[in-house]
Amino acid sequence: MGLTLTQKILSDKAGYEVKPGDLIEIDVDMVLGNDVTSPVAIKEFLKIGVKNVFDREKIALVPDHFVPNKDIKSAEQVNIVRKFAREYGIVNFFEVGKMGIEHALLPEKGLVLPGDVVIGADSHTCTYGAITCFSTGIGSTDMACAMATGKAWFKVPEAIRFNLKGKLNKWVSGKDVILYIIGMIGVDGALYKSMEFTGDISSLSIDDRFTIANMAIEAGAKNGIFDYDEITETYVKGRANRKYKVFKADEDADYVESYDIDLSKIKPQVAFPHLPENTKPIDEVGNIKVDQVVIGSCTNGRITDMEVTYEVLKGKKIHPDVRLIIFPATQDIYLECVKRGYIEEFIKAGAAVSTPTCGPCLGGHMGILAKGERAISTTNRNFVGRMGHTESEVYLASPAVAAASAIKGYIASPEEVV
Amino acid sequence: MEGKAIKYGDNVDTDVIIPARFLNTSDPKELALHCMEDIDKDFKDKVKPGDIMIAGYNFGCGSSREHAPIAIKESGISCVIAKSFARIFYRNAINIGLPILECPDAASAIEDGDIVSVDLETGIIRDITKGIEFKSQPFPEFIKKIIECGGLINYVKEKVV
Repeated sequence: MGLTLTQKILSDKAGYEVKPGDLIEIDVDMVLGNDVTSPVAIKEFLKIGVKNVFDREKIALVPDHFVPNKDIKSAEQVNIVRKFAREYGIVNFFEVGKMGIEHALLPEKGLVLPGDVVIGADSHTCTYGAITCFSTGIGSTDMACAMATGKAWFKVPEAIRFNLKGKLNKWVSGKDVILYIIGMIGVDGALYKSMEFTGDISSLSIDDRFTIANMAIEAGAKNGIFDYDEITETYVKGRANRKYKVFKADEDADYVESYDIDLSKIKPQVAFPHLPENTKPIDEVGNIKVDQVVIGSCTNGRITDMEVTYEVLKGKKIHPDVRLIIFPATQDIYLECVKRGYIEEFIKAGAAVSTPTCGPCLGGHMGILAKGERAISTTNRNFVGRMGHTESEVYLASPAVAAASAIKGYIASPEEVV
Repeated sequence: MEGKAIKYGDNVDTDVIIPARFLNTSDPKELALHCMEDIDKDFKDKVKPGDIMIAGYNFGCGSSREHAPIAIKESGISCVIAKSFARIFYRNAINIGLPILECPDAASAIEDGDIVSVDLETGIIRDITKGIEFKSQPFPEFIKKIIECGGLINYVKEKVV
């Protein structure tokens, strides 16, 4: 039997043909950490006793969770990362003002490329599979060891194939596709496995793909990965300043499961509390009032997300009982929104627009929910207490549905407002 | 190891094991003070050193925060037995030396409050209260090596220094 796309990349690094279940130690092309996970990693790194990191250019440190620093304790955490970056000469340390949410930032800067093996001490590191690399979330100790040795251990995963066909309808996006899939297979439906997206992917923009790969972890997957095509090439070209390798799955690759997904059949999806698998199509949601709407994050803070938000909000006012928080995922995306006039329209509509931060998504800062409050959010998790009080609720949806809901004051389809 | 079982259900996520609002520190003692509080506010008062956590499917899903197994370990839990583990939690637990065992039968049968003993060498889990015995999945050799070294840092240290 042939190899899946993920197995091809891992075989190349291992130097021999791997099979599912093999435990391998391989070189990594990029090691990522943020302000929550890096301080723990740095403490562990220092215990190893090496003089230098394995490669100053292959480590990215991105304080993004509690920045701009939300309190003294988080300021201290970021300072640990900042000092380490300076002392060890880490090239890719991103300070407030230049940073972005890590999973939007790294591909944007060309720091992760097709064919790479990337690990990050953040579960949504699986995002970069959108550009055909193997990338996966790991913990701080893994990060520490990789910073010292440039290596990480993996169990070679089996894969589930998602064979896509058809085109997305108006107001349907990558977010709806991944919520639909998680609703179908469940939050542990891809546990320890790769989710490989193949077939006719030509109607999925690169941003749709980032969103889909980003939430592979929400199905328990080790990684999510897309085939390489012209859309990938267009995105990567001009960002890459080193060579990269393009892999594809063998024709006779062995998948443990395979699903055919007709993109034209998918409606906008909403995931109800408290698991991303509790999905319903928008026409079955019913009347659910919301107090807060959040648009942004590593899942949905990219330029096409801002574009659709603009399209829905343009010339309108949000509901008087709703707080709308919009946070573009990187400084470049923010600047592009300014240039295109989006920010002016967002503010006129009644939105608060924030500098890039993970803050509201994980209940860190910049949009915490009180007891009994309800939010619809373009983020990735709706666990108990995720965005604030344990008796608050988070509903997950696309930017189009979130923006429409901000106008209506209840969870609404964009068709109701545009 | 032997201790009282503290039991939870399926899909216990890292946001409830240690909520993000407490992640502005990485001090294990401080993290332990808030361990499990969003699903079980009595946890920190009832947990005794050596107690064994029992859970359903997909334990530790969600964030990659190593603060989750650190908080559990620091709170005194000697071992987590679950029907299955989310993969990042699984490797984090191995890497920091928190014993975990995957055993659906044991995780189903053991009830909250039962006295449970675990032999990590053999993978044998005993529910002493009920007088029944289970055998968990053995670890692969490579993982055993990391456990024997006392975690990934020591394993790597032996190789690089």
